[in-house]
Amino acid sequence: MHVFLGANNIVSPLGFTTAANFSAISSGKSAVTEHHFPFSDHSFYCSKIDRDQLNSHFSKRNEKSSFTFLEKMCVLSIQEVLAQSNIDLADKNNLLMISTTKGNIDVLEHAYAELPAGREYLSEIAKSIADVFHCANTPLVVSNACISGLLAMIIAKRFIENNRYQNIIVCGADLVSEFTLSGFRSFSALSDEVCKPFDAARKGINLGEAAASILLSAQPLSKLIVSGGASANDANHISGPSRTGDGLFQAIAHTLTEANKKTVDFICAHGTATEYNDEMESVAFSRHNLQHLPVNSLKGYYGHTLGAAGVLESIIALESLKQNTLIASAGFETQGTTHLDHVIRQTTKLELQSCLKTASGFGGCNAAAIFEKIL
Amino acid sequence: MEVQEIIKNLKVQIVEQLNLEEVKPEDIDANAPLFGDGLGLDSIDALELIVLLEKNYEIKIQDPKEAKAIFTSVQTMADYVASKMK
Amino acid sequence: MNAIISSYCKIVPNKISVGGKLFFEEASEKELPEFLSAAYKYGELNYPKFHKMDKLCKLGMLATELALRNCPDWKALDKSRIALIFSNQSSSLDSDRNHAHAISDKQNYFPSPSVFVYTLPNIIMGEIAIKHKISGENAFFISNQFDPELLFSYSTILLQTTGTEFVVCGWVNCDRTHNDAFVYCVKKSNFKEQNSGPELDHTSENIRQLYNT
Repeated sequence: MHVFLGANNIVSPLGFTTAANFSAISSGKSAVTEHHFPFSDHSFYCSKIDRDQLNSHFSKRNEKSSFTFLEKMCVLSIQEVLAQSNIDLADKNNLLMISTTKGNIDVLEHAYAELPAGREYLSEIAKSIADVFHCANTPLVVSNACISGLLAMIIAKRFIENNRYQNIIVCGADLVSEFTLSGFRSFSALSDEVCKPFDAARKGINLGEAAASILLSAQPLSKLIVSGGASANDANHISGPSRTGDGLFQAIAHTLTEANKKTVDFICAHGTATEYNDEMESVAFSRHNLQHLPVNSLKGYYGHTLGAAGVLESIIALESLKQNTLIASAGFETQGTTHLDHVIRQTTKLELQSCLKTASGFGGCNAAAIFEKIL
Repeated sequence: MEVQEIIKNLKVQIVEQLNLEEVKPEDIDANAPLFGDGLGLDSIDALELIVLLEKNYEIKIQDPKEAKAIFTSVQTMADYVASKMK
Repeated sequence: MNAIISSYCKIVPNKISVGGKLFFEEASEKELPEFLSAAYKYGELNYPKFHKMDKLCKLGMLATELALRNCPDWKALDKSRIALIFSNQSSSLDSDRNHAHAISDKQNYFPSPSVFVYTLPNIIMGEIAIKHKISGENAFFISNQFDPELLFSYSTILLQTTGTEFVVCGWVNCDRTHNDAFVYCVKKSNFKEQNSGPELDHTSENIRQLYNT
């Protein structure tokens, strides 16, 4: 059976709909800009959603209870998917999944005086969102570092294939916070300019915030399916990627086998713009002889949106398939990895049928999925 | 501060900061490599050593690549600290 | 295809049981770090990296090590066919609070990379993967309480549809007053094991009972 990819939404600094986001990045617009924070003399390059704009958007819902900023992002994103698809989360056959790494991390920074205690627990986010949409099933939370979003989609696919649910909405979300900025800075992982994935002069990551949601369904809601997906662990180091790309290699191998494919039309990679991650991906792709395929990273547009990244980037990749458009890998100028010789320089029209999406993260985790058009 | 005294302090600070529970400060050979065979430290420990120098000696290593030479052994770390304190 | 729970380990403060039998107990109540340290010594883990881990990982490493020891033939398997499925209520909040504390005082601002790296719950699966060379599927779920149906159904899907042959599955939680770990191993029942332990059918009811007793 097929698992179809249906309605979706992105809430990001580039807009609150998928269409607005795809149009912005098609014209080369990046959400990453210089930001100053009260906690540091240094500035940070990151991508942040305008608080006032989102709050005013959210206030139209006239919700009675209080929500954190992250929960508002999620609610707005899920609301869009529900409106487009007529799916009812009050139906026992339907499930909401949340993917996030740090959830309401700003609660630990005492951002909300008015909220009841305990909102730092990830299941509390699930509960507050479930109340809004009257979910029949307790939303399932996946927190698996930077593969959370893509892994949640793979898990959703498996649940649908095994008749556990008919429809699953996966919503990925994370914030930019002092917590993550200071942590990644202590790792010397932050770039002091807009990041440059796969480029020779790449200096590290930018953090970004977004909520992105997508519907996976047993019903033929679209011409797009997820035909394979897998995860694997490097079993090498808890923060550094494997030099030989073992985990990613294996995740891609299982994904290609499941999709019964040897190659795809393009790769939407993880591409964080750290020295080691991008080189690791180059090694893993070349071990599958995929190093000559058009490849992009979307981190130059959004920064690294952590638990949202897998969902957000999958939605853009699917839009690329729909619109037959290869999106340029923002920030790339000069080949900076050993093997990747076709990093997409310019957004171009091209007939596209299939895409490989990958993600890798702390804890040595890797995930891959293949999206395809069907006739 | 004399280099010997810095070495003595660094050994205690390293064991403490890196949670080397099964290592006693006096057992660390100042000339043995910190990474690889010697104490078997890894990349996260290297980042932690950068914090250690900042916290205890107010020395900031800006370029992580520079850290590699400084963190060869306790001796090289002590020499670096001594040179910055003068 | 049927599957079997081939071994399990449960840790609550000051007490560890393996396969339902008491393995280690502290006579006097100790703080969690001291208890974990004592259990590490008693269990002869001989893995110095253990001391660098946060409490969540220490709990999970101990429980996993002891569960795997009780199921010796897992070592003969292709390690890329062994999956790790973990879950908890509190994510990495214990380390999160430590990192948040380190950045709360602007006069004494030293975020520590070795604390920050543990501010993700799935790091425990990374540690287990490294120690035991396990490289298969990973998933970390957050649920408000131990959820045997979820763990059972996702393990079953992996065993039936992905080439996974063995699952190390569990719950490991570290929070102010709620510290416990329960790790069990699930194998396909056609997998021959000479040294059979206390085998039980892989059902959510059995998982629930093992966790509750």
